Amino acid sequence: MAMKLTKEQKEILDGKKGDTLARVMKTLVMYGETFGATKMVKVTSKYNHLVTSFGLKALGPVYDLMNKLLEAGAKSGQQFSVDPRPLDKNVPANFLQKLIFKKFMYSKQDFYEKQLEALGLMNKDAFTCTAYMDEVGNKPKQGDVLSWSESSAVVYANSVLGARCNRNSGIMDLMGSVVGFVPYFGLLTDKGRKATWIIKVKTTKKPEAQLLGSAIGMKVMEEVPYVVGLDKWLGKKLDDKTCSYLKNFGAATASNGAVGLYHIDKLTPEAKELGKDLICKNAKEYVIDDEELERVKKDYPVVWKNINAKPKLCFVGCPHLSLQELLDWTNKLEQNLKANGRKKVLIPTVFTTPPAVLKVFEKLSEGQKLKSFGVIVSSICPLMYMNNPLCGKMPVITSSNKLRTYTTARYYTDDEILEKLTKGGKA
Amino acid sequence: MKTFKGRIVTPGTTTAEAVVSHGGLNTLASFQKALQFGDKKATCGDQNNKDLFGKQMAGRALCLPQTIGSTTGGLVLYCACAMKRQPACLLFSNPIDSLAAAGSILAGVWLDDINMPVVDNLGQEFLDYVKDGMTIKVLDKGVVEVYDKGELK
Repeated sequence: MAMKLTKEQKEILDGKKGDTLARVMKTLVMYGETFGATKMVKVTSKYNHLVTSFGLKALGPVYDLMNKLLEAGAKSGQQFSVDPRPLDKNVPANFLQKLIFKKFMYSKQDFYEKQLEALGLMNKDAFTCTAYMDEVGNKPKQGDVLSWSESSAVVYANSVLGARCNRNSGIMDLMGSVVGFVPYFGLLTDKGRKATWIIKVKTTKKPEAQLLGSAIGMKVMEEVPYVVGLDKWLGKKLDDKTCSYLKNFGAATASNGAVGLYHIDKLTPEAKELGKDLICKNAKEYVIDDEELERVKKDYPVVWKNINAKPKLCFVGCPHLSLQELLDWTNKLEQNLKANGRKKVLIPTVFTTPPAVLKVFEKLSEGQKLKSFGVIVSSICPLMYMNNPLCGKMPVITSSNKLRTYTTARYYTDDEILEKLTKGGKA
Repeated sequence: MKTFKGRIVTPGTTTAEAVVSHGGLNTLASFQKALQFGDKKATCGDQNNKDLFGKQMAGRALCLPQTIGSTTGGLVLYCACAMKRQPACLLFSNPIDSLAAAGSILAGVWLDDINMPVVDNLGQEFLDYVKDGMTIKVLDKGVVEVYDKGELK
């Protein structure tokens, strides 16, 4: 079905504002028509968010395309945040790794950051995958239409904030912002936000967010799940702890599957408003109990050469940690180190958080305490850090299911990580 | 030979050897190493994809239900096309997902000389039938012919 365009949109498509903008509009129209969109709608959020934050040499074609946009004056109509930087000198790396990072892999980083600034980057600290956190300031309102990418941010914005956004790809995210419109389909529509799966959580304890999300993502793929039984463990209020849980849960659904929206019964905005009316007739059902979570965890491949290797690095925070999570981890580490008669963590450890959260945390007593435990707090992207052959051979552990999915990092639950950091022993 | 009919997402015709992923293809995890380290065969690097891990994707008829994972997926596919390491065609049993669609469309609109036909909605029967090493012919109008090994001389 052909899309009905406004006069303004049609003029752009017909080239009245130049060939580059015409191509941008053509891309968006074809994208929409593939999914049966009949119109374009205005992007209404204050800021955009882009997934491509890294000046990776291999992504040359992307930077060429960005250049084409800049040369044609096709800047983003909104300022934007962007995913985390791939480099941080404070994160442990040997000489060879540093050489490979700087000279080979991310040699385009400075160049690309200049492109981002020219296109409309919010500020030099706007590098995080959790831009919706209060400290960062890119928090869409319920009902806002977005042109965002970054799978974990899209699923959070849709599910926890009630904004409306498709799982846009990198580049497509920017194009929506350049013309100010996105095609109306999928998760932008009421129909597309209905659940086609009912997930029944029947665990005997609060399920690990990263495992529960992984199980659901692998089962429902890109469909919309409506989760019942989780409010028993999370309560009915979206406070900082619950939002942090849902951030980690959502990231796992999106990276282990392709979930762009979930509803949690009695908790997330649309589920509170519409309840089970959000569930489609004939929705499929998936029951998750303790055994099912254990089965999912056991099925993760371990690709370390020596599966008994002693971990050389631990990453916590993919997606970036909230202030609440940093405080909780500091307290847990303090208690466990004390109980084990230790002062520092046993494995080199990096916690990641947005630059704006890091600034707040460093000023708190907990910030100094965590530093004294030997933990590095950084705003790096762990995924991009590990994205090279040298790190691939390193035994790295993480409690992030997203990081496990994209790298050779080995997954452990938060409690298991805590034990390894404070009690030691082989992985 | 068995014939299947789907919907054309990006047009074109080709003949190529099939590689099959029965689960969702994680585009970033599958292509990232190949793009970064000059692997012209685009060997699949996704440890979680038991069907495809370690297999060549460039120049093959990639048969799959959909793509999953990071929203870099579309730009990764676009880069694979720009670097001439793309599959010969993408054949989806399900309706195409937003990331694969973005990558295919971006390549079609912004790159010259790219022939990577994309057909979706081929149905579960297609994915159940097709096996690694079979020969695939993508014809006009969304028609896909699947030949047993050795059947097409």
